[in-house]
Amino acid sequence: MATVSLSKLTKRYGNIGIVHGIDLDIADREFIALVGPSGCGKSTTLRMIAGLEEISAGSIEIGGRVVNDLPPRSRNISMVFQSYALYPHMTVRENLGFSLKIAGAAKEDMERRVAEASAILGLDTLLDRRPSQLSGGQRQRVAMGRAIVRDPDVFLFDEPLSNLDAKLRTQMRTEIKKLHAKVQSTVIYVTHDQVEAMTLADRIVIMRDGHIEQVGTPDEVFRRPATRFVAGFIGSPPMNLHEATIDDGQMVFASGERLPLPGQFKANVATGDKVVFGLRPDDIYPTGHGISSGGAADVHQIELPITVTEPLGNETLVFVEFNREDWVTRMLNPRPLRPGERIAMSLDMSQAHLFATETGKTLRS
Amino acid sequence: MDENSSARLKRRLLSVVYRIGLFLAMLTICLPGLWIVISSLRPTVEIMAKPPVWIPQEISFDAYVSMFSGIGKGGIPVIEYFRNSLIISVTSTVIAVAIGMAGGYAFARYRFRGKSSVFLGLMLTRTVPGIALSLPLFFLYVRLGIIDTHFGLILAYVALNVPFTIWLIDGFFRQVPKDLAEAAQIDGCTRWQAFWQVEFPLAGPGIASAAIFAFLTCWNEFALASQLTRSVSAKTLPVGLLDYTAEFTIDWRGMCALAVVMIIPALTLTYIVQKHLVGGLTSGAVKG
Repeated sequence: MATVSLSKLTKRYGNIGIVHGIDLDIADREFIALVGPSGCGKSTTLRMIAGLEEISAGSIEIGGRVVNDLPPRSRNISMVFQSYALYPHMTVRENLGFSLKIAGAAKEDMERRVAEASAILGLDTLLDRRPSQLSGGQRQRVAMGRAIVRDPDVFLFDEPLSNLDAKLRTQMRTEIKKLHAKVQSTVIYVTHDQVEAMTLADRIVIMRDGHIEQVGTPDEVFRRPATRFVAGFIGSPPMNLHEATIDDGQMVFASGERLPLPGQFKANVATGDKVVFGLRPDDIYPTGHGISSGGAADVHQIELPITVTEPLGNETLVFVEFNREDWVTRMLNPRPLRPGERIAMSLDMSQAHLFATETGKTLRS
Repeated sequence: MDENSSARLKRRLLSVVYRIGLFLAMLTICLPGLWIVISSLRPTVEIMAKPPVWIPQEISFDAYVSMFSGIGKGGIPVIEYFRNSLIISVTSTVIAVAIGMAGGYAFARYRFRGKSSVFLGLMLTRTVPGIALSLPLFFLYVRLGIIDTHFGLILAYVALNVPFTIWLIDGFFRQVPKDLAEAAQIDGCTRWQAFWQVEFPLAGPGIASAAIFAFLTCWNEFALASQLTRSVSAKTLPVGLLDYTAEFTIDWRGMCALAVVMIIPALTLTYIVQKHLVGGLTSGAVKG
């Protein structure tokens, strides 16, 4: 059993705060992804959990035990580094067995566990090679194998896939997911790639400037972003966001264009309120070429000029001009389009989001 | 002639020019050493001849034989000098490398107040020529009663070598990715174990080269040793060379023979250790 619980966890370097008193409870066997832009404090948080970074205030519990001042070796954790951090002077076998050797495990036990880990990750044929003789993907697998061998309470991953090429990254992502299903440990996974976070995690923690913006399942953070930041960060292509002022049940944009106020927000705003209107590319589509996730209950029709198209085969990303900016929209079952052409668009307003301009918080009740 | 064959010809000509250039450079570097070896095998008349005799007319090992034939028969206490040199050089090298490792590691891995000033200070000590310190050192050593002792010379050599070994070893520890020591700590090592199991083996070649440099500095040092030692019990080989100078004569042949005897161990050591000075050992540790 390994729950992880952070309370008021803080990291400061001198007067500069990096992590500002975050609280987070992670359940046993849960896969948690910490995601956010560079410098948001996600890696620092992970390193504090690992014991590689001292904490300035607050506390960390692993499996109900406070580990604030324990060295990494006493926390029963494993970590996969972004750089892999394989020992270059040891063979793959020695790399995998290193932690057991340090712990003074019996030779047979060591061999058995190394064999188990290498079987899980398909490293059997590479055991006598050195890290320099391996490809990027193989090194990554050895790094994961080294983590598994220890049979830890908690796995920590620090952007483990960011050094791999796109194809290998997708492949390794699947392997990590399979691995978690097999070993059933608690996983804390740091990434700046929201696709990785969405595909792998049970819950996602979105961080920004040392604060937690939102914690939720992939579906929650995608469908009900708590802040404007989360709305813009999660989803690819990102949500279209525009500032507007409420005027008598309508949103007035800087260009003077108007859209009706989404029904679900009518009770929460009043004339004169400054808001940020957000709509995902999936919820804006050339009429007849989309699937409304909201069941087309509140669809608004508008005609807009096309600026650019990006055909992807099964769909086309159509950029249309709205409020003097580009709006990304998704066209399913595409037909050829020409830039400059005006096209009838359907806006599924039941899926729209409104955030207060000042606080960035959602206006959803 | 078409473009391809003229390019090929040009490439071949260039490679010949490079080889000739390289040969000349090597000749310049090796000639003094070769001259010492030749001079140790020929009579003084031939060494001092004007114009110089390039090819030795007669070769004899007399200088080497008489060197070992004891006092009064033209010999000098080579064995004692050799022993002194070995004790002093090895001990001071071991101490300088140990301090260099601790210091280099600290500079490479830790942040502390005044780090860059301390580092700069250490490097500045290298700008003071050793000979300039010999007189104050002499007085100090006389007062302390450590003049003409192994300990005195070891102390001076450690002080001479420490800044250099720290600087060199710092560079090698910087090349060992920090992630590796952290990974080792996660794998169950203490900080100390992580150092010996992971960082030390990887910085090994660098530490070995620092050791060679420190050893050669001590082995060849003359200026300080000639001031701080005077008896057979402490004199090192370079100071022993002075035994071949008398009031009116200098035995150039004997001096050259002793120089050859001095060079051989240094050369052997360098040859043995250079195999281990293979760079790029850390490749494959981290992506890059």
